[in-house]
Amino acid sequence: MQVFSCPYCGPRPDAEFHYIGDADKPRPERSCSDEEWAHYLFMRANTRGAARELWVHRAGCGRWLVVARDTETHEVAAVTPMNAERAGT
Amino acid sequence: MSAPRMDGPTMDGPRMRGLRRLPEGGEIDRSRPLSFSFDGRAHIGYAGDTLASALLAAGETVLARSFKYHRPRGLLGAHHEEPNAILDLRAGTRHEPNARATLEPLVDGARLSSIHALGTARRDLLAVMDRFARFIPAAFYYKTFMWPHWHVYEGTIRRMAGLGRVAADSRAQGGALRHIDVDLCVIGSGAAGLAAARAGLKAGRSVLLVEQRSRVGGALLWRDAVIDGVPGARWAQDLGAALAAGGARVLTQTTAVGLYDHNSAVLHERSGDGGRIWQVRARAFVLATGAIERPLLFGDNDRPGIMLADAALEYLRRYAVVAGSEVVFATGNDTAYQAALAYAAVGARCTVVDARTDTPAMAAARAAGIEVLAGERIESTLGKDRVQGVRTASGRTLPADLLTVSGGWTPLIHLYCHARGRPRWDAERGVLLPGAPVQGATVVGAADGARSLADALAQGVQAGGGAATDVPACIAPPFDWGGAPDTRMAFGARRTWVDLQHDVTAKDIALAVRENFRAVEHLKRYTTLGMANDQGRTSNVNGLALLAERTGRTIAEAGVTTFRPPFLPVPIAAVVGTQRGELQAPLRRLAAEAVHREERAELRGYGDMLRPASYGPAQDAMTRECKAARERCVILDASSLGKIEVLGPDAAALLDFVFYTRMSSLAPGRLRYGLALAESGAVFDDGVVLRVSADRFVVSCSSSHVAAMTAHLEAWREDRFDLSRAFVHDTTPRWATMAISGPASKGVMTALGLGIDLDDTAFPHMSARDGRFAGEPARVARVSFTGERSYEVSVPAGLAEELWRRARTVGAEPLGVEALGALRCEKGFILVGVETDGETMPQDIGMGRAREVRTDPYVGDRSLHTPAAQRSGRRQLVGVAVAGDEPLPVGAHALSRGARPHSVGWITSSHMGVGAGKPVALAMIEDGASRHGETLEFEHFGTLHRGTLVAPCFYDPKGTRLDVRP
Ligand SMILES: [Zn+2]
Repeated sequence: MQVFSCPYCGPRPDAEFHYIGDADKPRPERSCSDEEWAHYLFMRANTRGAARELWVHRAGCGRWLVVARDTETHEVAAVTPMNAERAGT
Repeated sequence: MSAPRMDGPTMDGPRMRGLRRLPEGGEIDRSRPLSFSFDGRAHIGYAGDTLASALLAAGETVLARSFKYHRPRGLLGAHHEEPNAILDLRAGTRHEPNARATLEPLVDGARLSSIHALGTARRDLLAVMDRFARFIPAAFYYKTFMWPHWHVYEGTIRRMAGLGRVAADSRAQGGALRHIDVDLCVIGSGAAGLAAARAGLKAGRSVLLVEQRSRVGGALLWRDAVIDGVPGARWAQDLGAALAAGGARVLTQTTAVGLYDHNSAVLHERSGDGGRIWQVRARAFVLATGAIERPLLFGDNDRPGIMLADAALEYLRRYAVVAGSEVVFATGNDTAYQAALAYAAVGARCTVVDARTDTPAMAAARAAGIEVLAGERIESTLGKDRVQGVRTASGRTLPADLLTVSGGWTPLIHLYCHARGRPRWDAERGVLLPGAPVQGATVVGAADGARSLADALAQGVQAGGGAATDVPACIAPPFDWGGAPDTRMAFGARRTWVDLQHDVTAKDIALAVRENFRAVEHLKRYTTLGMANDQGRTSNVNGLALLAERTGRTIAEAGVTTFRPPFLPVPIAAVVGTQRGELQAPLRRLAAEAVHREERAELRGYGDMLRPASYGPAQDAMTRECKAARERCVILDASSLGKIEVLGPDAAALLDFVFYTRMSSLAPGRLRYGLALAESGAVFDDGVVLRVSADRFVVSCSSSHVAAMTAHLEAWREDRFDLSRAFVHDTTPRWATMAISGPASKGVMTALGLGIDLDDTAFPHMSARDGRFAGEPARVARVSFTGERSYEVSVPAGLAEELWRRARTVGAEPLGVEALGALRCEKGFILVGVETDGETMPQDIGMGRAREVRTDPYVGDRSLHTPAAQRSGRRQLVGVAVAGDEPLPVGAHALSRGARPHSVGWITSSHMGVGAGKPVALAMIEDGASRHGETLEFEHFGTLHRGTLVAPCFYDPKGTRLDVRP
């Protein structure tokens, strides 16, 4: 039962959040190869240790968040809005 | 220093057979007798008893049969360490199939029965298993029941070996989950825990104190101690009351079953049916969980009447139960002498058998009239269904009706291990102790290897944030840990039990070592040592010692196992709590539900929504409702259809990206049907999009996909859009929507008078207009899911009933969801998730055009151009026509012809088509779109049907009825 500090809602239990996947996985252009597209769709890094993950605060503000977290110790380094990185707002 | 004594009154004489309860003393309330039964025999206990203390006082010695050999078993312990006494408990409507006799308070009228026996524990017809013991060593099952397959034998073996059974009619109802947030959570209310809680409260922290037993005090309730000038038990009771009065929360009968991430814990409070779960969040935890005693290793050490010394003392002091009148105390440490002195004081004939040659405790015992055999060990025990005597290593035999064993102590470090702590072996004390500190939790007292009561109190005060001057004065005998397990008598002629709950013997461990299972984790899995639901509380360290001895290593070298939650089994009823039925999956209800009930609707759950399936009994309603829709006018409550608003200057761009069908080219006031895909290219949902104005759209998606579609839109908005230029807002529950459909629907709409020009030129199909109903806004959209001329009227949810009633008075007849399904089927309108699955792409359902013409990016675009998307043999949507009037069964598989028949697809929807006047079906068939006219065989549970593939539309393929005039 981890605690994530949502930048909009404050510290909340992890049950309010829904895990999406790896944060650093840009969507390839349409011109990419079948292999690149398959990698984007199906492959996961499954990192042990420091990882950047996408979570959505489903039972809270509904916002998408990048959670920098150690998957082994469950120590959370930072929780930041995803949109700020992706769309620059 | 002499130990303070707290002995109760003595029995009248030392040989009062049958009288096992002292006339006064203990925590029981003799004014409140409680009747109960065990395996049909009636007994009386008292309020304050546990099931175990009442059974012991009643002289019930055989409470269970062992797991594998069906050996008779009695009480070894007095609390959670007890491996044997797991019973079936019924009281009134309550039923606990695996009640732990040592934890459950006795209740009036309790009916107890033994589990895990054929018959009763006393007369178990499976006791013959023990005679075959030499044929059933460790891993016997793995080695023997392999051919042809384990599953052939599993049922019988599990019936013989399993624990209790849940009754099929069980209605166990746990309490609602509770959350609590505190500064300091103290687990365990012995001396160290109480001291920590008091210091924490004094420092102004909010405090939660958790205690497994029915009252606070831990071992102070039965061991000798004086704190602040009063007996330890009274000091604890007074302090517990003061803590509660001072604002601390004190939970008794509550076990901390797990310590989890980020300073959280899960507690199980035993109360009523199954009890309740607490989730704790604390700034700091103090783990004051104490230590439990270990049994000794010698022959036939599992007989009823063999009990841990500390447990015998707890039964005497807390429940006034004298567990034996002729008692042998086998020990190798001083701590167990407290029990001998206490039993001697109540008139029992006591003999101590001590492996050591001389200690000061021996002199004190002899002074109290106790015989002490120094330098002596138990070799084996005598008796059959209970212990009747012992044989010592030097060949003496002693009579005994109780044999207490004290093979040293084991600190309870489970919670420390849950927090990823790594235990270390302390050779001098002979215990596993917490190693490096863990974040958020401090281990204190006996759990941390404290050597005296004074040490435990001082550690508690410090952990609670108090000063050295806060430590109370105390008098108590020093705590003798006893050192590493004594394995000298473990491999005698008679079997020596290590794990009583899983029937693992010393010989099993020796066998595992001979077969080279020398790593502790391998040993555990091969022999199942410590893997029963007591997690090897009383067996792990003895097992490690035997492994070390057999492999010629030290215990530290042999390695240690760790502990995982839960500390104690938790009933499923408690985990479920109140999360069942509608409290687990709430049904959403229509605003007009009352009026549907008036209309005799058969309500049914569709997804999480309760909707009218039909009006009146379904079999009569189907044809009547379909006919009304095709010939006259119907009204359908379509309020659950999505109404997700997408707003802002970038709303069109967002919809273009999320939808496979372009929406930016839609003119204001117009509607468009479209698909949204997942990134895999599979159809995610379909729906109708209305463009209200340049920067405002309403997405009307499938009823059960509203939450998912909202999240899908939100996800891509967050991923790549300026959040100040596009917004997603679900307004579905705010609007009631009634679909008015049929050739006469225009007349009904005219009679409703919403102030909209209904002329088909001014208001064509696939457009929307705003009007008013009962003084409120009403939006009317010309969109059809029946194939007939249709109007979807949306009004504020509060007007749902009024709109329904008005439409009914001007000629609309009710239409339920089931008849709608038949109407849309004969039109070939798909349902996402019914016709489609996770592989269906737009080109498979006749919507391949956008894939060919769109070059701008949209969700799922690249997936539509992979080899998998382009291959032949994809399943495609078709209609299936049949001869005769019997609809095809849904789910029937289409068979390929040829040498090896196999499925090439299946029927997805099938109905009697009222408009088509014949059965109609939709199917997904390999290459189906190019196979129209082909007749295939459809197999369903052994029956073959024939059907001909046709275009997926059986009624009005040109769509002329959308504008039909009455
Ligand atoms: Zn939030």
